[in-house]
Amino acid sequence: MSTDLNDTHRPWLDPKQEPFIKIRGVTKRFGDFTAVDNVDLDIYKSELFCLLGGSGCGKSTLLRMLAGFETPTAGNIFIDGEAVANIPAYARPVNMMFQSYALFPHMTVEKNIAYGLKRDGLPKKEITRRVAEMIELVELGDFRQRKPNQLSGGQRQRVALARALVKQPKVLLLDEPLAALDKRLREHTQYELMNIQDQLGVTFIVVTHDQEEAMTLSTRIAVMDQGRFIQTGTPTEIYESPDSRFVANFIGSANIFQGHVITSTADHVVVRSAQDDTLQFTVRHSAELAQNTKVWVAVRPEKIRMLKDAPTTPGPNQLAGSVHDIGYLGRLSNYKIKLDNGKMIDVTHPNQTRPTSGRHLVDWDERVYLHWDSASAIVLTH
Amino acid sequence: MIHKRSRWVIAMLCFGLAFLYVPIFLLILYSFNHSKLVPIWGGFSTRWYTVLFESPEVWEAVMLSLRIALINATFATLLGTLAALAMVRFGRFKGRTLFSGMISAPLVMPEVITGLSLLLLFITLADIIGWPGARGFTTITIAHITFSMAYVAVIIQSRLIGMDQSIEEAAQDLGAKPLRVLWDITLPILAPGMLAGWLLAFTLSLDDLVIASFVTGPGSNTLPILIFSRIKLGLKPDINALATLIILTVSIGVLLAAWLMWRQEKQRMQDRKMASRTDH
Repeated sequence: MSTDLNDTHRPWLDPKQEPFIKIRGVTKRFGDFTAVDNVDLDIYKSELFCLLGGSGCGKSTLLRMLAGFETPTAGNIFIDGEAVANIPAYARPVNMMFQSYALFPHMTVEKNIAYGLKRDGLPKKEITRRVAEMIELVELGDFRQRKPNQLSGGQRQRVALARALVKQPKVLLLDEPLAALDKRLREHTQYELMNIQDQLGVTFIVVTHDQEEAMTLSTRIAVMDQGRFIQTGTPTEIYESPDSRFVANFIGSANIFQGHVITSTADHVVVRSAQDDTLQFTVRHSAELAQNTKVWVAVRPEKIRMLKDAPTTPGPNQLAGSVHDIGYLGRLSNYKIKLDNGKMIDVTHPNQTRPTSGRHLVDWDERVYLHWDSASAIVLTH
Repeated sequence: MIHKRSRWVIAMLCFGLAFLYVPIFLLILYSFNHSKLVPIWGGFSTRWYTVLFESPEVWEAVMLSLRIALINATFATLLGTLAALAMVRFGRFKGRTLFSGMISAPLVMPEVITGLSLLLLFITLADIIGWPGARGFTTITIAHITFSMAYVAVIIQSRLIGMDQSIEEAAQDLGAKPLRVLWDITLPILAPGMLAGWLLAFTLSLDDLVIASFVTGPGSNTLPILIFSRIKLGLKPDINALATLIILTVSIGVLLAAWLMWRQEKQRMQDRKMASRTDH
């Protein structure tokens, strides 16, 4: 991997890069309730940045502050070097795509898209040209004279996108852009959205509660809870190296064992399970931890290998149990394994071979042996 | 058994409908009565229609009522819309509860009280500032605006509450200043509600007898005042003719409204079909 690639595709790693959007100490209170609690964030040009969190975590409030519908109680937001906290929504170089799409019901598709350009007082010719371009980009050529209630959900979503993009904003804010679409359309639209973003190079900030959506779409994700950022990073970092149990559980699922550090060397730690003294985990870890530190070992279900035969040599990261439940999803199966000490473990296995005569890899109540590499698990300190 | 019951139900239905509509049919029928005495049939004639059209008193009353109703409906819609906007869109301002209470008070206030208090107000005002000099068109219009505005405000308020506020935010986000948003987005979306409010205010004003008779002065008779005073003097068949004309007008209005609603519903069905046909 060359360092050049790192610099152009990962501007957040380059200290010389100036962030395009700077959020500095922003707090928003509604009465006694703190929706956003003193957050700082840098977003770089052409990023597709996701704010991810459950409902009421403050992600939408933060987005509304970026759009100008709410003013921060404290702190400021800088877009392209300009402090915007006191600039009203209609004067900001930012456009938003609303969750409900908020199309103007009394205007045709064409007029909806042209509205923002008309407000800017552009010449008629220019408006017609840019609207036509946008309609082509979102493939709505056959529907330009239709009213919003004559369109399907997917078409409405594209009108909303075109209407927000036609003004060539410095930043496009998207509030749950795919939430109102059904699953098939959502997957298709997801890639369409990424292509358009790639084509235009506009910075996208997406708010979503859907972790899969965040993972596929974004360059980076900020996981939010109770008005704060819990972790910020690329989808891979967030998924493979969560730094807290909250993130490990929120993004995907994880099997978590509580324990204490027995030994810690430069490249790995050994942890003894708190529940079962005979159980030991070896985890590759870069930071050294003091002996007896209370830690949690987290393993993703798909990183666990499941065998029918007992391992020949006993070692760390080995467990045994019986199959308690099988969830067959077609391309993969979820197994719930009941360990000998009673703990339930989730294991995911791809169904690489067709089951013969309806029988799966393992069967209910069958005894299985679990094992994972020391590099596959992570140690969490909180 | 079932047959018996349904016969009973049909009989009750006929009785109910007869109770409602026979008087009206009789009224229409007797408007074509040649006889001068209302309850005695003296053969078919349109004579009372001629009398009606030649009576300046009736036409003055009709014109006055229409003028009051038009101005009232327009002002009530304007003020009622503004009041509704203030209550729904301005958040929690000081005195909001008091304001909304005062807006809806005329809905529940007995008309006699409203009429009397307005009369007292006009008399006091005339004493202090010399206005209004003579009671009539102006005072009735003002009185009607005060109460029909409340009805408009309620209609617009419910429509505003049901409206997705992000539509207005979207317009603002696209560069429209607040007044521009009101003009381009909010008012067009409210237009059907405002039309309904306007029609309601118009009807309320045409219909009102109690408040108008309190605040009117000599020589200013609205149509309801005129009809009511005629009854006191003994009914003349030309009032039947007038009533028939009013019924005709109302029926045309109702049919028109029904047709418009039917067309709108058809359009909606068509839109829905269109949208689902083009779905992926």
